[in-house]
Amino acid sequence: MSATTRVPDSSPRLHRGEGGSQLLDIQRRMAAAVMHPLTRAETMPRRRRDGASNLAEAEAIIRPNNRLTSFERLEIYNRQYWFRLYSSFEEDFPGLQAILGRAKFDALMRAYLTDCPSESFTLRNLGSRLDAWLAEHPEFVRPHAELAHDMVRLEWAHIEAFDSEEKPRLGAEQLAAIGEDSTLRLQPYLRVLALSYPVDDLLLQVRNEDGSSASSANNASAARKRHHVRRVAALAPKPIWLAIHRLENTVWYKPLSREEFHLLAALLAGRTLSQAIDVALASSSIPDADRPAFLQETFAGWAMLGWFTQ
Amino acid sequence: MPANRFNGFSDYGVGIGLRIPHYQHILSRKPVVDWFEIISENYMVDGGRPLEILDQILEQYRVVQHGVSMYFGSADPLNREHLRRLKALVRRTGTRWLSDHLCWGSVDGRYTHDLLPMPYTWEAVEVTAQKIRQVQDFVEVPVVVENVSSYAEFHVSEMSEWEFLTEVVERADCGILLDVNNIYVSSKNHSFDPFIYLNFVPAHRVAQIHIAGHSKFEKYILDTHDHPVLPAVWRLYARAIERCGPTATLLEWDDNIPSFDEVHAEALKATKFLKAAAEAASEAAIPAVEAAAATLPEPAGASR
Repeated sequence: MSATTRVPDSSPRLHRGEGGSQLLDIQRRMAAAVMHPLTRAETMPRRRRDGASNLAEAEAIIRPNNRLTSFERLEIYNRQYWFRLYSSFEEDFPGLQAILGRAKFDALMRAYLTDCPSESFTLRNLGSRLDAWLAEHPEFVRPHAELAHDMVRLEWAHIEAFDSEEKPRLGAEQLAAIGEDSTLRLQPYLRVLALSYPVDDLLLQVRNEDGSSASSANNASAARKRHHVRRVAALAPKPIWLAIHRLENTVWYKPLSREEFHLLAALLAGRTLSQAIDVALASSSIPDADRPAFLQETFAGWAMLGWFTQ
Repeated sequence: MPANRFNGFSDYGVGIGLRIPHYQHILSRKPVVDWFEIISENYMVDGGRPLEILDQILEQYRVVQHGVSMYFGSADPLNREHLRRLKALVRRTGTRWLSDHLCWGSVDGRYTHDLLPMPYTWEAVEVTAQKIRQVQDFVEVPVVVENVSSYAEFHVSEMSEWEFLTEVVERADCGILLDVNNIYVSSKNHSFDPFIYLNFVPAHRVAQIHIAGHSKFEKYILDTHDHPVLPAVWRLYARAIERCGPTATLLEWDDNIPSFDEVHAEALKATKFLKAAAEAASEAAIPAVEAAAATLPEPAGASR
């Protein structure tokens, strides 16, 4: 079968990309327009931040029809891009939104997604760089920078714990064979956090636990979907240590003592059992006489939760 | 024709998209559904509830995978991690065929997570067909490509969308997931006759059909999957079935999702078209079979 060859419209401003690829050139130019931030009115800006004209770019690439200009046709995709990303990001970080409130959260979301566009085939990873980005951009979370940062770390740990791998647990014989020079492997879904604020209770209040945050779909949205989250009063600081884990495919936040946190963190870092114990008890207030019982109870509890793997 | 090499010679009937709001209903009530379509990317994870639910569904139902981010038309090379995870999921689901869209959506490693329209050029035909072949070789199940709804056309296009689709599938030697709602949406947005599109498509390559609802705005139509199927789309579907025979059909409903029963009832409206096509095919087949039988030599030793 051969297609009827059509003479393309004249478009003198089209160039060829690497290797003479017109396809690559068009895709780069369209992506630059589509991924450029919307205006506050959620429309496509006429002019980009770098001074380039979206109007001229649209006319160079897109054919108008009798109802829509080139600009208006391109704008449909620009809006769809941001609506989809906003929706996914809002579902993933409701706790951050509760802390910042709508307006500041929107500004942060727009800036983060502009600086860190998705580099993954799945929207699940959209927030993977937020923790590091926030460290460089505290201005978006002031005056609650530490609280917001704690919440982001917990929300990302939750996403990781939700769908990371679960490996086979160690059996009783394997557990009995563990020696002080053993290096214990822990479940890939397990995360530990040392936080300055008790953000766990807050997140439990606001998080939608249907697991839909990473859902991909192939439909368009007629309008931006808002995820309403009630703003909360600022929390008082209180150091907490948490294990974020999964049990029967539900994510749990398990409070840890300071010693338990350091023990788990050292094991996760690949330390041997004896090294991890030394780190955990280095400045512990647990009396020497109580330490064997503490360690025995702690490891028994973690083994019951299935955290030790083959 | 409906059971062909592009859908693994299967005989699937009417299915619906597996969506989170229906999980509990499906697992507790176990409704009779011919098959479910899953969005592959939502299950390309290492563990947790998504895979637990999927495994429970697989114990009861046939599942077909539908992807949204392979981006056959992107100038970027294929993402190896994506392919590796996709193949693992293919092994898990036992999908008889694998679909994704005839579109692009990533460039220079950055993803838009949208189904962006292709410039219908010969270069794009080559790039797209080559990538489809690569995916098909890797995943080892038939790959079928779906026509997308679009809202823009490119100056540089050298052919129509239906010509582009046909060129790509011929060169890639792959099947088609014919979305009749998308044909309708694009026909309104780009002012062409959807029946010209439908009549041009190589029917023998159609492995599956999508139906869905859409939303009309003043100047364009959006593929929102948030309504029942509109009459104009059913008319296109009837013509598609007339051309292709009774083909595996799936209703997509992705937004404002109503109850499972409502979605399933909407999907089952396709049954009457499929039955009519099956009956027409069998009526046409009887004389053909008799005629074919008459040409056969008498078997040796046959009794008289």
